[in-house]
Amino acid sequence: MNNFTPVSALAGGVLIGVASVWLLAANGRIAGVSGILHGLFAQPPGDRAWRAAFIAGLLVAGVVWQFFLPANQNPMHWGWLALAGLLVGFGTRIGGGCTSGHGVCGLGRFSLRSLVAVVVFMAAGMAATYVIRHVL
Amino acid sequence: MISAFGAGLLFGIGLWLSGMANPGKVLDFLDVAGHWDPSLLLVMGGAVAVTAVAFRPLLKRTPMDLKSSVDKQLVIGAAIFGLGWGIGGYCPGPALTALSTFSAEVLVFVGAMIAGGVLARIASPAGPGA
Repeated sequence: MNNFTPVSALAGGVLIGVASVWLLAANGRIAGVSGILHGLFAQPPGDRAWRAAFIAGLLVAGVVWQFFLPANQNPMHWGWLALAGLLVGFGTRIGGGCTSGHGVCGLGRFSLRSLVAVVVFMAAGMAATYVIRHVL
Repeated sequence: MISAFGAGLLFGIGLWLSGMANPGKVLDFLDVAGHWDPSLLLVMGGAVAVTAVAFRPLLKRTPMDLKSSVDKQLVIGAAIFGLGWGIGGYCPGPALTALSTFSAEVLVFVGAMIAGGVLARIASPAGPGA
């Protein structure tokens, strides 16, 4: 557990929570990043402006952050990342949410649906990581 | 518009500060059989502590039509998402904010993620959306 970073983790988590409350209060929207992204590519096209604005905010955050601290990249073969991306995109669309929508927002409204989703995706994530790091 | 941008900006800074935007750290959290790093529990805990207090009055003021049923699609979708998360260490928010690294790997991941969402819509047009 030498990599445990409780203070920055908690502080970052609080910022994510405040941002989610902000989006709900100001825009009446749930800060579920997968839903925001998938909605950009929905047919027929609908409310794209706020979705694009939120994602632009995420991108600018990355640029600003790396101006001060270089990103810690985890070199992984692009083939694995292509498979991972496909599964994440497909699964979040079918399951209606990801770590933010089901995790941060769904748990915040005490939704059993989201609690089930969180338990399932955490378990599946741990299983996949176990296979990749300890079996293959 | 401006508020959505601001919320995204703050959300993104939270992702970087917390370590969520570092896929290695995410995988260290998911790797319970290795040098387990429980930090991400605190990220989730800190975020949910805020939403748990503030969401209820907001949703009471302006009710939203949010799904509450637990069905097969939810479980299958969450399981598929989890497998992808455990392989790459990226979930959607961190992947998008990590596009700012201009790394080819993140670009491949995000492209595949968008394609996966479109595929799911084609496979199941009546899907849940957000």
